[in-house]
Amino acid sequence: MTTIESPRAPARPAQRRGVNWEKWGWIYMRASGVVLIVLIFGHLFMNLMVGEGVKAIDFGFVGGKWAEPFWQWWDVLMLWLALIHGANGMRTLVNDYTNPGTVQKVLKGALFASAAVLIILGTLVVFTFEPCPAGAPADLLPSFCAA
Amino acid sequence: MPDTSAGTLTAPAKPARQKPGGTLYRGREGMWSWVLHRITGVAIFFFLLVHILDTALVRVSPEAYNAVIGTYQTPIMGLGEVALVGAIVFHAFNGLRIILVDFWAWATRHQKVLFYVVVGLWVVTMIAFVPRHLMNVFSH
Repeated sequence: MTTIESPRAPARPAQRRGVNWEKWGWIYMRASGVVLIVLIFGHLFMNLMVGEGVKAIDFGFVGGKWAEPFWQWWDVLMLWLALIHGANGMRTLVNDYTNPGTVQKVLKGALFASAAVLIILGTLVVFTFEPCPAGAPADLLPSFCAA
Repeated sequence: MPDTSAGTLTAPAKPARQKPGGTLYRGREGMWSWVLHRITGVAIFFFLLVHILDTALVRVSPEAYNAVIGTYQTPIMGLGEVALVGAIVFHAFNGLRIILVDFWAWATRHQKVLFYVVVGLWVVTMIAFVPRHLMNVFSH
């Protein structure tokens, strides 16, 4: 007698031991999503709605913001949460639209690498930022550089 | 049952239009919210990659950063920012809808109504954002 596999049978049986990473990924998407709404809506309000909005953004604007640890941590938290949220979401699409194999591994590797590189780059930029670089024209710098 | 035409040997003629009532997912609010969530998510992801790189230019020089951020202030990019904010706002509100549908039985039963709530909140938010943003982009 032949048995017909259930149409919804998973490609691999669910892992019974150890950490259930898919469950934690599912929880992460929801938890980070709620926090990201606050962080990104705040980011958009500060950068696009207040004052002259996008027209006011320049080196001096960024320098003024990152002079305060509050906005440094705001942006770094946003960077980490958003990139991991986005890369994990893209992983879902790769799982949906590709079959297990080399192509799928390459795509997931590219997602992981781009997220890791940009998280490290962004974190370094925020915390090693020099608002008053020597030799730069004073009119491009935040106003506090003159003091 | 005899086939009525030659071309339907493997795929029999379509049965009379079926209406599976409230269980139909495809083509309804649930599907469109899912489709829009994917499309906006992918768009936001690729913008995020670019946005981190352009912001990283503050570490190169004030001139380099200002040159690139200046392109964000052109009329075409200003319209692109309307699309970007529209995508983010939809993804945000629909994400909250997904969480409610996951954790709250009432919301699971009323996911269609909640889709229209998302659309309504999106419209309100965009009305608050778009005129002010376009005035900033197209004046000065």
